[in-house]
Amino acid sequence: MNTNTKNNRKSVSYKKWGYVFLLPFFIAYIIFSLIPLLSTFYYSFFENYMSGLTQIGPNFVGMNNYKEIVFGSDLPKYAFNTIFMWLLGFIPQLTIAMILAIWFTSLKIKLRWTGFFKTVIYMPNLIMAAAFAMLFWAVFSDIGPVNNMLAALGFKPISFLQNIAGTRGLVALMNFLMWFGNTTIILMAGIMGIDNSILEAAQIDGASTWRTFWDVTIPSIKPILVYVLITSLIGGIQMFDVPQILTNGSGSPNRTAMTMIMFLNKHLFSKNFGLAGALSVILFIITAILSLIIYSNLTEREPKVKQLSVKGGSK
Amino acid sequence: MKKARSIIALLLVLVMALSLVGCATDTPEAETPEEPAEEPAEEPAEEPEEPAEEPAAEKRILNIWGWNEEFKDRFEAYYVDAGLLPDDVDVKFTIVPSTDNAYQNALDQALLDQENVSDDEKIDMFLLEADYALKYVDSEYTLDVINDVGLTEEDLAVQYKYTQEIVTDSNGVIKGTSWQATPGLFAYRRSIAEDVLGSDDPEVVQEALSTWDKFYEVAEQADAKGYKMLSGYDDAYRVFSNNMSGPWVDENKVINVDDSILAWIEQTKDFTDKGYTNKSRLWDDQWQSDQGPGAKVFGFFYSTWGINFTLLDNSLEDLEAEKAVGNGIYGDYGVVYGPQNYYWGGSWIAAAKGSDDLDLVKDIMLVLTTDKDTMLQITKDTQDFTNHEQAMTELAADDSYASDFLGGQNHIKLFVESAKGIDMSNISPYDQGMNEHIQTAFADYFNGNVDFDTALDNFYKAVIEIYPELKRPE
Repeated sequence: MNTNTKNNRKSVSYKKWGYVFLLPFFIAYIIFSLIPLLSTFYYSFFENYMSGLTQIGPNFVGMNNYKEIVFGSDLPKYAFNTIFMWLLGFIPQLTIAMILAIWFTSLKIKLRWTGFFKTVIYMPNLIMAAAFAMLFWAVFSDIGPVNNMLAALGFKPISFLQNIAGTRGLVALMNFLMWFGNTTIILMAGIMGIDNSILEAAQIDGASTWRTFWDVTIPSIKPILVYVLITSLIGGIQMFDVPQILTNGSGSPNRTAMTMIMFLNKHLFSKNFGLAGALSVILFIITAILSLIIYSNLTEREPKVKQLSVKGGSK
Repeated sequence: MKKARSIIALLLVLVMALSLVGCATDTPEAETPEEPAEEPAEEPAEEPEEPAEEPAAEKRILNIWGWNEEFKDRFEAYYVDAGLLPDDVDVKFTIVPSTDNAYQNALDQALLDQENVSDDEKIDMFLLEADYALKYVDSEYTLDVINDVGLTEEDLAVQYKYTQEIVTDSNGVIKGTSWQATPGLFAYRRSIAEDVLGSDDPEVVQEALSTWDKFYEVAEQADAKGYKMLSGYDDAYRVFSNNMSGPWVDENKVINVDDSILAWIEQTKDFTDKGYTNKSRLWDDQWQSDQGPGAKVFGFFYSTWGINFTLLDNSLEDLEAEKAVGNGIYGDYGVVYGPQNYYWGGSWIAAAKGSDDLDLVKDIMLVLTTDKDTMLQITKDTQDFTNHEQAMTELAADDSYASDFLGGQNHIKLFVESAKGIDMSNISPYDQGMNEHIQTAFADYFNGNVDFDTALDNFYKAVIEIYPELKRPE
């Protein structure tokens, strides 16, 4: 009896400690994330900005801010810009990263110096995005080194930052350069986690390298792929620093390099908290929906084929 | 191995900590010797110095806000170095670049917080540009130069009237003062004028450029000889924007794109399509290099500070070497009045509400913006055009005064003439955003990326983003 209660007490106090240890995180989360998040929702219903040095509002305006963002602004265009530039960088990023990850982990090739290469390809990620964008801005300027080289080779100079393809292309290129190393390392971790015996079995069964890749490697690293896709998508939706610095905040030419967060930043810069709040809420919803779609699509446990066969059986 | 790892970890931590320190000292601060509180303990080397500076804690702090180093340079050279700064005062400059409204946003925040901070943190004086001066002048955050700060009307009488009109509020109260006047001129390359017009004499060149039609003809001639008339899109902008028939925003907060601006758009598009420019934007690399050795651009619209500050430096081959004839194209520029009267830029000093050092602010204003000897000296040293009408007129008449940079021309003479015609009646509190965004939006049009209507639409979008209270014309 006695010992029993003692045991009970012990287990109870352990539980308590678990919560106590979790507490700092929750306190920090509530103060620095949850409260600001909820207040963003709250402020999005108000007209609230600075006209010169005079505060206008806050006046309750209901859904007006949302109406203005959805119907009165170019948000769809900026959403397209954002996704377009993200895909332009992400597709090559994933492809190159996958190829490198396979090479680095392949037992057939047995590449040497992988540690060195891994460090080198990760390097661009260590540079601050803003500094990286400044660098590209200078290198690709109308009289920058790239145009000097083109001229020396007998080509016509290109005003990269004055045409749409040039600007978007540079943004995508920078995002690609900054992130493919990171993705390579994550994918390598995934591939190295595959049990070698499965790969060997596939080889013994006579599967080609190509077949092994599609039918063994890819399905095995699906969770990692989901992770890469979701983090990159969220990062893509929040794309800001590179195009902001490269175009000096204007998103020129013709606002085709203006991302959604740059648009948000424009409102924040004029202290237009109502509109900025509404925009943030919309971005939050878009991000949440996209993440959910990808997550549910890629983590589906039961393939649809099975359901079909069940139907067929019942017939 | 373990040891190596811990050493690496330690190094990383140090690097991170150091970068934090780097940020802390980089941001606005800049000057003052007092900032030890935030510094981590990893700099024991500085510790011993602390006690020596302890009495300095009693010092008054004069807070000055600005967006570039220009005033700081003047202030240090002609106030601090002249021994006028009392020993018990430390000056703290806070410099925030003006791009993208950053300076105004930071300044607004600081002014709104003015009441809640200690005396040492209160802004005492800050610098203003004409483009947005009214925003501050029409607010309660700037002080009356005469009644609050204590300058007299006689003190101010020596200045150019227009420099006072820019900082006069709707009740007629003067809220700021400037050490410079900034009439604009057209600076041309003497060697190119010689080739195109057959003479580099300012009078001949002025005759050839006296109207926009003639300006256009010269552009054609220059093009035939392989020169560009202007560097890029925005070069002539100020000349047009200063000659608008009404302000950017009317009393109903509706944006008004003036005919003069439309004329600028039309001319610039025409120049661009015909290849009379190098398609540069103000301040970009192309624009700067177009002002230097080897460039083939006829000339630049520039006001006072631009000539002595920007154009001179850009004209040099070697920035380190002596600024004299033989270094780059030093001496190859000349100035003329140009097709239209205009001014561009300028900086005003305003005293901030809540300042605890008004006596000092008054003294600085007196010395730098009304004292004849100081201002004459500034002009002689830096070729800047100072805001003392009599001193400038005297200098204009002085045949012994000439600028080597401008091939021996007395440019003050032209500035004096140009300054007389400056009309300030159409400024608005929104000029900064309007000027910045019409140039950005229409660069796309000049490039051929978008048509006129799209560019105009982009302009409206951009300015309404920064000034939510404004409306498009119906």
